[in-house]
Amino acid sequence: MVEVTIHPPVGRQRSAAPVPNGHALRAVPVGADEHALNLLVEGVHCANCIARIERTLGAREDVTEARVNFSTRRLYVRWRGEADAARVIVDTVEGLGYGAIPFDPEILASQGSEESKALLRAMGVAGFAAANVMLLSISVWAGLWSDMDASTRDFLHWLSALIALPAIAYSGRPFFRSALAALRGGHTNMDVPISLAVILAATVSLIETIGGGVHAYFDASITLLFFLLVGRYLDLRARAEARRSAERLLLLRATSALVETENGSVSYVAVEDLVPGMIVRVAPGERFPVDGEITRGQTEIDASLVTGESLPQAAARGVSVFAGTMNLIASVAVSVGRIGDDTLLAEIVRLIEDAEQGRARFVRLADRVARWYAPAVHILAAATFAGWVLFSFVGWQVALLHAVAVLIITCPCALGLAVPVVQVVASGRLLKRGILLRSGDALERLAAVDTIVFDKTGTLTMGRAVLTNGDEISDADRTVAMQLAAASQHPLSRAVLRAFGAGRPPADAREVPGCGVTATIDGSTWRLGRRGWCGAADRPVMGRGSELWLSRDGVPVAGFTFDDDVRPDAARTVDTLMARGFQVELLSGDRREVVDRIGEALGISQRRGGVSPTEKVARLRELEANGRHVLMVGDGLNDAPALAAAYASMSPAAAADVSQIQADLVFQGDLLAPVATALEVGRRANRLTMQNIGLAIVYNAIAVPFAMAGFVTPLVAAVAMSSSSLLVTTNALRLKREYADGGK
Amino acid sequence: MNIIAILIPVALLLGGLGLAGFIWSIRSGQYDDLEGAARRILIDEEPDEELLDVSQEK
Repeated sequence: MVEVTIHPPVGRQRSAAPVPNGHALRAVPVGADEHALNLLVEGVHCANCIARIERTLGAREDVTEARVNFSTRRLYVRWRGEADAARVIVDTVEGLGYGAIPFDPEILASQGSEESKALLRAMGVAGFAAANVMLLSISVWAGLWSDMDASTRDFLHWLSALIALPAIAYSGRPFFRSALAALRGGHTNMDVPISLAVILAATVSLIETIGGGVHAYFDASITLLFFLLVGRYLDLRARAEARRSAERLLLLRATSALVETENGSVSYVAVEDLVPGMIVRVAPGERFPVDGEITRGQTEIDASLVTGESLPQAAARGVSVFAGTMNLIASVAVSVGRIGDDTLLAEIVRLIEDAEQGRARFVRLADRVARWYAPAVHILAAATFAGWVLFSFVGWQVALLHAVAVLIITCPCALGLAVPVVQVVASGRLLKRGILLRSGDALERLAAVDTIVFDKTGTLTMGRAVLTNGDEISDADRTVAMQLAAASQHPLSRAVLRAFGAGRPPADAREVPGCGVTATIDGSTWRLGRRGWCGAADRPVMGRGSELWLSRDGVPVAGFTFDDDVRPDAARTVDTLMARGFQVELLSGDRREVVDRIGEALGISQRRGGVSPTEKVARLRELEANGRHVLMVGDGLNDAPALAAAYASMSPAAAADVSQIQADLVFQGDLLAPVATALEVGRRANRLTMQNIGLAIVYNAIAVPFAMAGFVTPLVAAVAMSSSSLLVTTNALRLKREYADGGK
Repeated sequence: MNIIAILIPVALLLGGLGLAGFIWSIRSGQYDDLEGAARRILIDEEPDEELLDVSQEK
């Protein structure tokens, strides 16, 4: 099932003419004098966020509408005046501390939401018709035992037909369309027997009604549609989330770049129009639009996209940079090397796409059942018709009536509800434990998992630096370090602040890109930064991870060492998983020694360090070839292809966006326990799904012979169908109770 | 039995009203942001005026 397709933005053939402002490209005119901008906002997770964004924008004179859609993390802003104001709007939102990426709604066409609306409408119409037709049917059934005369019954039948037929024609379209498409493609799916049953039942009922007959199945066919639509809507909602977040990947690519010309002037150019050799200026906080080489300036780069390493790397003239990585500290000029599809980011996207095609081969349980169920139903119905025509004298009309009864009875109403209801309940359980289920069939796949592959940085560890030798630092040095660190946004500075608490930054504090922070305190020049810059080049290496030095007037006085902290319950969770019989492996892009140390501490004997993204995928393929079903747990963008290639995948909520998009499940918090929880819920959910399918089959085994024998009247059909649907729904709800009881 | 000549149209009309309301609610985007509505009730109204005051003073 390919839900998440990644393709380059289309329909943006723009000339190389300079545009005034990169963000204005995305603003669209509304009415005579207004413009509107759609933004994807990152970091919105509570009511306060909504209020802050909407109020701050709303307080501007020219803004006429600002609305955050919390479900899709989108912001719609409309304002009076020129498109240029888009820049200010984006800056305003970013100034509040949220990431804001403008997008063209035409590129991210939200088919999902249209589909969901159409299903809801169909559901509403079917529900309305089902309720009313059922009301009339009850009168007819009551009439069977009392003295209702034929004309009243016919009248009620006609009335039912009047309500049911248009409703079936309208709300049955999703099924009819899918059935037609399947038949055209020369195969059959679950929608074929559904469509057949509904259409045949309606037609036969209409013929009965015209002829003044007793058996009209209007109620059965419309309630059938209603139940199925409910199941389908639940199913769609479970999958919508995954599709939505795929949109973000498109936006990691910069859309325009600031190009320097030879005479020193600059202009914005769409990324498609860049040519190798051009000089592009990249401001701090921006992502590099191309692969290339720094020609001027000095900065630090967040290259976690490529390396998975969370600590920034210093970069100066001559250093290669990659599209999609983030420039952190200072503005630099980059000579354009490779662009568009040749960039490393595009390469990673291709890896993901390839891996996904592998996963598309997974067939959902419901579809696997449908494969033999649909033909079986057709054969049974046809046999019923043939049997009655050949071996009795009731005439073809009655034979057809019995065949339709078989179709209605076998209709996978219970099956259609069985899977989605379990899914909705299970995802609700998981959400309460901080685990977001992102793909509809992930639960099914989780249940089959027998091998777990962990990434190291950010997955087994917290993915952030922690000061390890805080006790060895004297109080005086500590105070200075607090002050200097407060003037910097560098991750190591923040680690110092986390350990010591925030100080008051000195007035003349200055951050030197790639070196550290310097300031004058009590007449001495203090530096907090790299070893060489602080004159500590000849000091012995401390610790195993990153380090910072503090120097006074060029003399190093203290060294700080940092390490990445292991998640507090990592060892316990790994033990639990191994005790439950899972094979646990550690695959990391980090250095061998580090991987060995962490693996040793957690008791993971299967481990490999220095693994590239391609090698990770290769290892997963190898495991797959050995018949293992692998759950990949990872966070960096370098893990994204592996996450996509694995049988099932999980990411922590702090992971790179692209990895989250690839993961089936995303878990929050500092603990690793959600991995075990998710596997457990997956197994229970799968057991319930199996039970439900079993129930549906048992029900069919009992009901079908009756239907074939011609005992199923409209009343029996309606009751049997509703009761089986209720049965599977109730069974699915047991997941809630079962989990509350013993699932802890 | 003549009463059903009134009751049935009345029942259909009431049901139809509900259906029309439902379809209107879909059209007007009430189902676009299911999670947002649950959060928005937590937003206090008062700060709105303060913010406006601040912006006017500027």
